[in-house]
Amino acid sequence: MTAVIYMDNNATTRVAPEVLEEMLPFYSEYYGNPSSMHTFGGQVGKYITAAREKLAGLIGALPEEIVFTSCGTESDSTAIPAAVGANPDKKHIVTTRVEHPAVKNLCEHLSRHGYRVTYVPVDRKGCLDLDFLYDSLTPDTAVVSIMWANNETGTLFPVEEISRYVKEQGIVFHTDAVQAVGKTSINLKTSSVDMLSLSGHKLHGPKGVGALYVRRGTKFLPFLLGGHQEGGRRAGTENVASIVGLGRACELAAEHFEKDYEKVGNLRDRLEAGIMERIPHALLNGDPEHRLPNTTSISFEYIEGESILLMMDALGICASSGSACTSGSLEPSHVLRAMGVPFTAAHGSIRFSLSRYNTEEEVDFVIEKLPAIIERLRAMSPFWKEAVGK
Amino acid sequence: MWEYSDKVKDHFANPRNVGEIENADAVGEVGSMACGDALKLMLKLDENERVVDAKFQTFGCASAIASSSALTEMLKGKTLKEAEQITNDQIADYLGGLPKEKMHCSVMGQDALKKAIACYRGDAEKKQEGNIVCECFGVTDVEIERAVRENNLADIESVTNYIKAGGGCGNCHDRIQEIIDEVLARGVSSEKKPPKLTNIERIRRIEETLTREIKPTLKADGGDIELVDVDGSRVLVKLFGACAACSKSQLTLKNYVETKLRELVSSDLIVEEVP
Repeated sequence: MTAVIYMDNNATTRVAPEVLEEMLPFYSEYYGNPSSMHTFGGQVGKYITAAREKLAGLIGALPEEIVFTSCGTESDSTAIPAAVGANPDKKHIVTTRVEHPAVKNLCEHLSRHGYRVTYVPVDRKGCLDLDFLYDSLTPDTAVVSIMWANNETGTLFPVEEISRYVKEQGIVFHTDAVQAVGKTSINLKTSSVDMLSLSGHKLHGPKGVGALYVRRGTKFLPFLLGGHQEGGRRAGTENVASIVGLGRACELAAEHFEKDYEKVGNLRDRLEAGIMERIPHALLNGDPEHRLPNTTSISFEYIEGESILLMMDALGICASSGSACTSGSLEPSHVLRAMGVPFTAAHGSIRFSLSRYNTEEEVDFVIEKLPAIIERLRAMSPFWKEAVGK
Repeated sequence: MWEYSDKVKDHFANPRNVGEIENADAVGEVGSMACGDALKLMLKLDENERVVDAKFQTFGCASAIASSSALTEMLKGKTLKEAEQITNDQIADYLGGLPKEKMHCSVMGQDALKKAIACYRGDAEKKQEGNIVCECFGVTDVEIERAVRENNLADIESVTNYIKAGGGCGNCHDRIQEIIDEVLARGVSSEKKPPKLTNIERIRRIEETLTREIKPTLKADGGDIELVDVDGSRVLVKLFGACAACSKSQLTLKNYVETKLRELVSSDLIVEEVP
């Protein structure tokens, strides 16, 4: 197999070697159940406590405000129903048109079960229409759920500002921060966010573990019922190894934050500039001023994303696309459509998302190889000649 | 990730016959950039209407490019009459199959071919048949009906996989379901018709079938057949001429007459020879 150049870190990330190392003993030596009375099991509990502290440290939370879950989706599926369930008289939910399916499909589900959902639109750069958002709030609004950073374009939403306003109206504020944690600075101590979802495998932790931050004093209803784990907020025996791994991943993210932020940002800028310089009819999606340092989404006109991905794949380059053909549905990404990216460009969109493990050589390899791929597909396209004039 | 066959991967990585034919005799264009895939098929024919060259340009995913490439390979050397018989299934088979969500890529090939042939024959851009059902992808009721019938599609998802209809906003799902139900109902009713026949109808149809379908065939072999009686599901017949003498007459009756009557009148008929 060709060496892999992994630029799909918004899909998932490599488990950091330091993380894996710390997880392994919990699959062999320390297999006890932290709920047990005996020392052998009970001693495992202190590692969970340590992980909780590390995670809390990364986002400026208190350890007791962290509930470990199985993934970002579970965190979202806990938070929003908890907010509406705790406010049974309120039947209105406000979210955006560009949420991840974990929130989008959940809200659509609730809209079929007696809730009214407002989807806040975005502009061509993917920025939220804040006036629309604030005007949509009513005394009937139970929860506002706005993602911190968009997974497809990397666009950052002004979550701090929004949460302050929402909180002043006495409405619960939740944010899906799965893409943001570890990539942008978050300090919940000074924010008005009530609940925040995050996921382990997006920040070099393992898959199958996530967390939900629940601000102290927030009314809460658990999603999973059963045992007393997580202070009764999430039943089920703890995924000890993964929780320990997530803790270590958070610790690493905090340690490396500034260095990583700069390095990854520079690599992304180099990649983006290199591509835009060499390839005509390429359009940048999203807001270059307000976005994650690791993400760039570029549309290549007159060709289709899946073909680009597979030709890159043959060279070991991993990325993703908002094209319809890659999703199994027939419509291109709901995010790009909400932004008003024309279908003709949305089908040819490619997202590169980097991490601290990427190198300058890898970026240069992509910049070198991509133009020929795009040219080859355009030569095959019935629209290309017409577009550039015969 | 899609499970593409090796043949699909090969035709995607090394597509055959990409490009344009100057002064092509037949050109078929389908799809659009908005749809997510589009194909322009160009054919060069000789004086016997045989395809001497086929080229394509495609905007689309790997399976769209592979389907186009496969189609041009299949077309080369075929007469237009033979080419006309190519179905989307054959394109998919040629490629060692396509993921079901990608069947519409093979349908796009078949559609482009149809258009190219119509273009050659001078059937001016046929006016759109039927009414648009799926606004998102511009698919008509006639097209949906055809796809359902030809590919035995039983649900909306399959229709979407084959011709995209219903893959957008979803507003047309009810109408698509209606069309599926109509086609299914027709299929079923033609099978169930025979039991509803009255005795008189049944006898009349047996007579008709014998006269129109069976007698001419037997006569061609120097024989003949005559209906003696119909008793419930038993059809009593007399055989004449070559048939009566033929040692295989029993076989002829069983295999031919009975099959024919069962197919065209009622599936429960039993044919018996009376001396």
